[in-house]
Amino acid sequence: MTMKWRGWALTTGVLAISAMAQAAPPTAAMLSNACAGCHGTNGGSAGPSMPSLAGQSKESIVDAMTKFKSGARPASVMGRLAKGYSDAEIAAMGEFFSKQKIHVTNQSLDPAKVSRGASLQEANCSRCHIDDGKEGKDDTPVMASQWLTYLQMQMADYLTGHRKMPEKMKEKVDPMSKEDLDALLHFYASVK
Amino acid sequence: MTLERRNFLKLLGAGAGVATAGLAGCATQQPKTASAPTRKVVVIGGGYGGTIAAKYVRMMDPSIEVTLIERNDHFVSCPFSNLYLGGLLKDLSPLTIKYDKLAANHGIKVVQAEVTGIDAAGHSVTTSKGVFKYDRLVVSPGIEFRTDEIKGYDMASTPEVMPHAWKAGPQTILLRKQLEALKPGDNVVISIPLAPFRCPPGPYERASMIAMYLKQHKPGSKVIILDANPDIVSKKGLFMKGWKKHYDGLVDYRPAKKVTEVDTRNMTVLIEGVEEVRGAVINLIPPQKAGHIAHVAGLVGDDKKWCPVNPMTFESTLHKDIHVIGDSSIAGAMPKSGYSANSEAKVCASSIVALMNGKEITEMSGINTCYSYLSAKEAVSVTGVYRVNKEKNVIEAVPGSVGVSPDLSEVEAIYAESWLKNILTEMST
Repeated sequence: MTMKWRGWALTTGVLAISAMAQAAPPTAAMLSNACAGCHGTNGGSAGPSMPSLAGQSKESIVDAMTKFKSGARPASVMGRLAKGYSDAEIAAMGEFFSKQKIHVTNQSLDPAKVSRGASLQEANCSRCHIDDGKEGKDDTPVMASQWLTYLQMQMADYLTGHRKMPEKMKEKVDPMSKEDLDALLHFYASVK
Repeated sequence: MTLERRNFLKLLGAGAGVATAGLAGCATQQPKTASAPTRKVVVIGGGYGGTIAAKYVRMMDPSIEVTLIERNDHFVSCPFSNLYLGGLLKDLSPLTIKYDKLAANHGIKVVQAEVTGIDAAGHSVTTSKGVFKYDRLVVSPGIEFRTDEIKGYDMASTPEVMPHAWKAGPQTILLRKQLEALKPGDNVVISIPLAPFRCPPGPYERASMIAMYLKQHKPGSKVIILDANPDIVSKKGLFMKGWKKHYDGLVDYRPAKKVTEVDTRNMTVLIEGVEEVRGAVINLIPPQKAGHIAHVAGLVGDDKKWCPVNPMTFESTLHKDIHVIGDSSIAGAMPKSGYSANSEAKVCASSIVALMNGKEITEMSGINTCYSYLSAKEAVSVTGVYRVNKEKNVIEAVPGSVGVSPDLSEVEAIYAESWLKNILTEMST
């Protein structure tokens, strides 16, 4: 970019000076850095109710933001903030956060629940929450190392019907006890 | 634009003699040669704006040397300090950050010193610990009070009797002690200045937190709000709803009551020289202006209060190579909030790094998100996404992005806690 501009500036002279008054459209970093006040630097959250975005898949961020924007997913501030961005900008932000290294959280978790969750996830969830939740099929979010509090708040929204569960997830979740679900969330939160 | 022109001409000038060589060299190597002196950015103020500007300049270009100058060895957040006043926090430690990790993680030189002057022409900052040269300077000094607009107000002694508690720290602790010592049945007065001031919903959140404390501990006492503004400045409907729900009869809101005179001996304030109001505790928040150093350095505009800036870069329109962010700057539609300062700092850092590397700047995109507590468990929020309207050359909110919570919310109080944790972690690590 620098090089290109320098070469161009030299050949076009004065024109280049006025061109500097122009600014390029916001980069993915410019758009995404503004989110870090709540979601942490580069999307690594330090607050248990605020999800880390670092290492999240682009598809899942785009899915979440699109649903926040339309109101399809319940929200507080995100429903309003998402309306501030075009679809292309949302995609750029999704791309930015997907490229960040997963933020490893240090949270105190019940080891018994973690191990119970580990045995449950393989049989029930691993087709979409791939590789212990480190990856997600299509727009399935990355769950690994996410804050337990955030995961529990989302699960509560699903169970009350406040947030709509994907059909395949509903099939698995419906027969499970609350204890089993909580164990699963403990497991995903524990994955480093 | 003078600055870009200068850099540009410098570039041309440097290229003139060795043009072909220098620029052909571009293909393999940048013209910033090994012999070039270290490029320096100095940041004044270690609060919501300054810490982030320092950090993001280093993150975006580690070859730039960054010095952060702050008079204290720690920073206490104004956001959430009302919760301490209400008794929801035992002390200010959750609101306090130090600079050691920020300095170590990002290679920022942190200097604890008082800034006494800025030489814009000479590109240097004078402090109690010597002179610091800069290529670009970021000024993020927060606010100062326009105490001259209140008759009888002595800058040193009045706040010891009628605390403003609008800069968190000892003033916050003093106000809390006064509330604890209040005789049940006596009243607390909060005086709110004309907007714009730091944290538009802050005074109303404070009234809520104090009312909560009085309801629990001081039967018969109430909060009298003397608001210089014609109406509640921010989140009006939600505050009214919260007061009605939780503190009915305990919050006496009086609009268009501008305090013009104080009498600390009789514990009274005078409104427009005629109406006298007495309080056992008086939280007098004076009208505000940009931080002291901004005035000393000639960065303040015709209004004698705030600093005009280029909305895309936050560079002062009065002095080149100096950027002003946070409460001191005129940032169009962005409110004077901690989150705005955080967001402005990143826009500013991005511009500084682009300009210092002769690259094209990126259009600004900013956010504000701020929460206010209404009770121990309920909070409300206001949000906005901000861009520059290029025709008007001013920062405006993106339509649809600005709004407040539909109702008092327990979930938002939970989010608010993480807001604090994240924003302070961002500033301190």
